[in-house]
Amino acid sequence: MRTVSDPDRPAAADGGTDAEESVDVEDPADGDGPTAGATGAAEEAGGGTDPAAGTADSATEEAARETPPSLSLQVDGLEKYFGGLAAVDGASFVVEEGSLTGLIGPNGAGKSTTFNCITGVHEPDGGTVVFEGQDITGFRPHEVANRGLVRTFQIARELEEMTLLENLMLAPRGQVGEKLTSAVMPGLRGRVREQEADMVDRVWETLELFEIDHLAEEHAGNLSGGQRKLLELARALMLEPSMMLLDEPFAGVNPSLEEKLLDRIHQLKDEQGLTFLIVEHDMDLIMKHCEHVIVMHQGTVLAEGPPAEIRENERVIDAYLGDEV
Amino acid sequence: MSGADDDGTSDAGSDVPARGILDRFRDGDAGLIAVTMLLIYVLFAILTALGPSEGPIVGSILSNLQAITLWTALYAMLVLALNLHWGYTGLFNIGVAGFMAIGIYAYAFMTVPKDPSRPGAPPGLGVPQGFADAATGLLPFLDPGLASFLGLVAGIAVAIVVAMLAAGLVGAITALPALRLRADYLAIVTVALSEIIRLSLLSREMETFTLGTNLNFELGGIEFLPDVPVGTGAGRGIDIPINPTIPVKRVFYTNPGNPAAGDTTAVGDLVFGVLTAPPFGLRETTVSNLAYTLVLVGFVAAFYWLLVRIGNSPFGRVLKAIREDEIVANSLGKDTRVFKVKVFVVGCALMGLGGILWETRTGFTDPTSTTMMPLQTFYIFIALIIGGAGSNTGSVIGGALFAAVLFQGPLYFSRIVNKWIAIDTPPQTSHGALAEFASLDPTPLLAYVVSNVSWLRFIIVGVVLIYVIQNRPTGLLGHRKEEAASVSLSRRDRPSGGAVAADGGEDRE
Ligand SMILES: Nc1ncnc2c1ncn2[C@@H]1O[C@H](COP(=O)(O)OP(=O)(O)O)[C@@H](O)[C@H]1O
Ligand SMILES: [Mg+2]
Repeated sequence: MRTVSDPDRPAAADGGTDAEESVDVEDPADGDGPTAGATGAAEEAGGGTDPAAGTADSATEEAARETPPSLSLQVDGLEKYFGGLAAVDGASFVVEEGSLTGLIGPNGAGKSTTFNCITGVHEPDGGTVVFEGQDITGFRPHEVANRGLVRTFQIARELEEMTLLENLMLAPRGQVGEKLTSAVMPGLRGRVREQEADMVDRVWETLELFEIDHLAEEHAGNLSGGQRKLLELARALMLEPSMMLLDEPFAGVNPSLEEKLLDRIHQLKDEQGLTFLIVEHDMDLIMKHCEHVIVMHQGTVLAEGPPAEIRENERVIDAYLGDEV
Repeated sequence: MSGADDDGTSDAGSDVPARGILDRFRDGDAGLIAVTMLLIYVLFAILTALGPSEGPIVGSILSNLQAITLWTALYAMLVLALNLHWGYTGLFNIGVAGFMAIGIYAYAFMTVPKDPSRPGAPPGLGVPQGFADAATGLLPFLDPGLASFLGLVAGIAVAIVVAMLAAGLVGAITALPALRLRADYLAIVTVALSEIIRLSLLSREMETFTLGTNLNFELGGIEFLPDVPVGTGAGRGIDIPINPTIPVKRVFYTNPGNPAAGDTTAVGDLVFGVLTAPPFGLRETTVSNLAYTLVLVGFVAAFYWLLVRIGNSPFGRVLKAIREDEIVANSLGKDTRVFKVKVFVVGCALMGLGGILWETRTGFTDPTSTTMMPLQTFYIFIALIIGGAGSNTGSVIGGALFAAVLFQGPLYFSRIVNKWIAIDTPPQTSHGALAEFASLDPTPLLAYVVSNVSWLRFIIVGVVLIYVIQNRPTGLLGHRKEEAASVSLSRRDRPSGGAVAADGGEDRE
């Protein structure tokens, strides 16, 4: 079943994930697209056990590769060129559902560009991006976000002249009042107000969760750098995503705030099953908090695996740790 | 802050409603506009009293205040429409005059009679007349005069709606390609478009032409898609006799198209009886202008209502986010292109409406009118910048300050100077004026200023603009905390009963 496993991975880790997979397959209670797709793949896999061995096996592998049940995100051979520069040069990796995965690499390794290609900010020049079993390569940013994959930016992009409340109210999906007629027509506005009134409570809860509720009516432009990071995370969360891509969420954040952010992230992962892919500079932080680490170097994935293994990986040490630590 | 909330929480102090009113006042809704207008009225009453007067002083003041209000209302409508683009969404539309022109000429096409009275004048579709004729047949139980008038009004309304759709459609055609590109492309495309429109209207090619040539066919004895002659009149201009002032004039005159040829109505007799007599001594035309001005004030209120409604909603919140950072809005799942196109179309339609109400009221227009010049766009921008982009109240106040103080003010000033200071011949050049000023006689300089005031006020406008941009880049009322939501976002204390959320607070209208 596991065809995406990294050759570098020890058998023990593989066994572990297999167990997880078998649990995940029983998950169609969720009833959404990806699990349905997974069941389809499983059936195909079942059908593949007929005599026509060789080719059928590869077909099975193919099907499994497309929709393994427990993967949130699969990036395969991603490429992005800026002029002659290959910012991302055939990067492939997967992120398991419900995991906290770290993406590290030296400056200019192509991490932010990878995020941009996944979320549609840039159109990739090659490769595929599959999110929850669906090919989202080349989707526009709003389409990606509306599928529950939301990102934050390396340099916090708060909406300066909007209050924190407005910032958070912006994010939820499926707001009826985003239709001009519903917003304006007297008869239709009642539902808009009802829905917004419901959202207000969630907004305050989220602000409280990130302990920025005392700043609620403040314009986002007045926040400190660290508070902006909190705001971005809170805002992204309001979209009720199933996976978050965080680009250097701890850059410029003081240590106590960093602790707080990490607590929230663990809480969201454990309680709501959110999947996180985090770009971060601080190796120790990644090694301590992430169960899976992806190392990028010069636009490609250099290594992938659990922290302990990455720490030992010679190529990583040569390429990255060697000159940084 | 609503009554229901007060009832629910017995401990809410009695100061709550009072604070509510103060808040509203300070946050500048109707109150702030009223105070500004009052100050402007006082200023212009004084200026009128100081200036040369014909007839009773009360009448002069009233008639001048009517003119000030008219210009304020005309500017306010267009500034509000631009605020939707530039203030709310950050769309840099510098082709306002073009969208006004589309509205004006589409309205003209619709309303100009099929056989205009002036020989050689371009014909139109004569829709209001058609409606009037149809109405007399369809409403036999009504007095034919009344039925025909109701039909005419309906026809004018239809023509206005069609003209707004036309302006909106042109807006969509402009916006669809330009909005995909970087923000500055929209500016280039809109300013170019407004010039193309103006030059096309000047072109002889379209002076008179035929809609649907060679498209007509007959089916079952009925002719479809007949040739329809229409025209812009090109540089010779176009008569627009059936304009929105007609229904207003009909209140006073039996023959609103040509008051002298008809009679006054009962209402007309009554109103003229009071307002043309002392102490007012207004002219009849001033009275009907006043009535039209009041209608315009109603339109300003409607524009304002619509914009507040749009702004205080999830739709408006996305617009605000687009203005702040479109990529963020995108990354939060908003298809910003759709929002931009929608809001662009709505704003263009409003500009078309503003153009109709502005330009057709004199019954004639041609493409050399300032209303369709790029200058018009810049005036409207200046008014918005002064008032504060993003604020509706600021838009109205900016419109008022620009129209009254910056534009009319210098003219009043020059009239006063002319009245009180004897000036023989003003110097021909500023150099001459300054040379004599050096000899410590201020009169020549003053005379030069006064005789060139209509040009020098551009300098005043420029100076004010530079001052505002330097010292208050957000305008008078920019940066205001207008929460983009349909309900109050303040924390509702989670109640034991849970009845508070029921009405979701006061609707933001
Ligand atoms: N928009 C862009 N235009 C041109 N070059 C870019 C752009 N974005 C990133 N790059 C280049 O791509 C490479 C990878 O950048 P980036 O993805 O930001 O790296 P990282 O986030 O890993 O530090 C760098 O060499 C960077 O200069
Ligand atoms: Mg980066």
